[in-house]
Amino acid sequence: MNEIYSRGPSLPLRLLLAVVLSAGLMFLDRYTDSSTQLRSYLTAAVSPLFYVASLPEALFSGASEQFMSQQAVLEENARLKETLLQQSGKLQLLGFLQQENEKLRALLGSSAALPVQRQVAEVLAVYSHPFSHQVVLNKGSTDGVSEHQPVIDDLGVVGQVVSVGPTSSRALLISDNTHALAVRAERTGVRAIVEGLGQWDLLRVMHLPHSTDIREGDRLLSSGLDGRFPEGYPVAKVVRISQDASQPFMVVYAEPYARLDRVRHVLLISSPPAVPEQTPPTQPEVPDA
Amino acid sequence: MRKPQRLGFIYLSIFVALLLTVMPMPQMVKLARPDWALLVLMYWAMALPQRVSVMTAFFTGFIVDVLVGTVLGVNALAFAVVIFAVAQHHLKMRNFSVVQQSLLLGMLLALYQLLLFWLSHFLTGVYFRPQYLWPVLTGMLVWPWLFWLLRRYRRQLKIQ
Repeated sequence: MNEIYSRGPSLPLRLLLAVVLSAGLMFLDRYTDSSTQLRSYLTAAVSPLFYVASLPEALFSGASEQFMSQQAVLEENARLKETLLQQSGKLQLLGFLQQENEKLRALLGSSAALPVQRQVAEVLAVYSHPFSHQVVLNKGSTDGVSEHQPVIDDLGVVGQVVSVGPTSSRALLISDNTHALAVRAERTGVRAIVEGLGQWDLLRVMHLPHSTDIREGDRLLSSGLDGRFPEGYPVAKVVRISQDASQPFMVVYAEPYARLDRVRHVLLISSPPAVPEQTPPTQPEVPDA
Repeated sequence: MRKPQRLGFIYLSIFVALLLTVMPMPQMVKLARPDWALLVLMYWAMALPQRVSVMTAFFTGFIVDVLVGTVLGVNALAFAVVIFAVAQHHLKMRNFSVVQQSLLLGMLLALYQLLLFWLSHFLTGVYFRPQYLWPVLTGMLVWPWLFWLLRRYRRQLKIQ
């Protein structure tokens, strides 16, 4: 006889059980807050898998570095020295400018810009499921990584940390469907929100009225108004604008500066954002008499 | 009734499929990555439906959800539904030629992608793009080789 029906519950019953369980999971994950904690535990549980899965690539790139010719290494070294020289030249000026900026801020009586701490992390896995653009980083809570921490690379904003395990963490990229961040156009100061579309090289700038002054090639910088990303990091460049009067808003597309599809090393920034996360009390506090 | 034998090897093959699911790859290859875990589960559901069926698929799908970062339960549900169809018709499917099998599995893989898109669309509002269907084609192309490989694996190790 068919063994499948002789053991345990019947197949349709098992399917029903699976459907009910997954519906429960979906609800738990999407509509309640308890899933964040659950996700960090799960991330921690599966992180060895990521280490194993990235082994072949690590071995391969290690081997190719091993066999790089001396000539190539010398050339690379020369090039790196040159960029270092150029950048340290710029840095000298930066130190001076920073000092000047602090003095001016003190003159204006505004609060001093808080120092930024950076931490380098390596990308263990870029998972490119079309419905979720996330990367797994090799730093976790033992390295001081916390949730919502912004992630950048050498060119621009990459994303933010969404779940943290002890030795690894997961970052949501700005190109993910569920991600949005507040930006400001560098040229005009227009504020906008940039949303991911699930495509690596395209973001959408939302809710810009038709009268907005925006051009192709405009640089969009993070504005810090979302309370997550610090101000002033490059996010994307406007690449396409379509003015369709039948639409309520302009349709503007931008290309991210960070190379999201091939990021390897990223910086985790930890600095208090420009706007504190909790909203200030609506009524002014009455000082103790 | 036969005693379950060497079930560990089944789980080993599923584990390897999960590794392939998250292995770093160049961007172009990644979009067309076959759904390894689902293909391997399909083989086992067809060959040994009394060992691997809906609940194994559910748990594997759940691990895929965790690995990939989709909303928890989305892959679990889609895996369970597809494997249910395979387990229900395993006797018929075993009699098909490999080419017929891969055509039929292509339809099931498309169903999987559709379910996945549908659920994600309701939960997170993703947009559909035709590129999402590449894994269906690559899955169909990979199936004959995978079938041959897993059948040798099963027979050599006498997994029942």
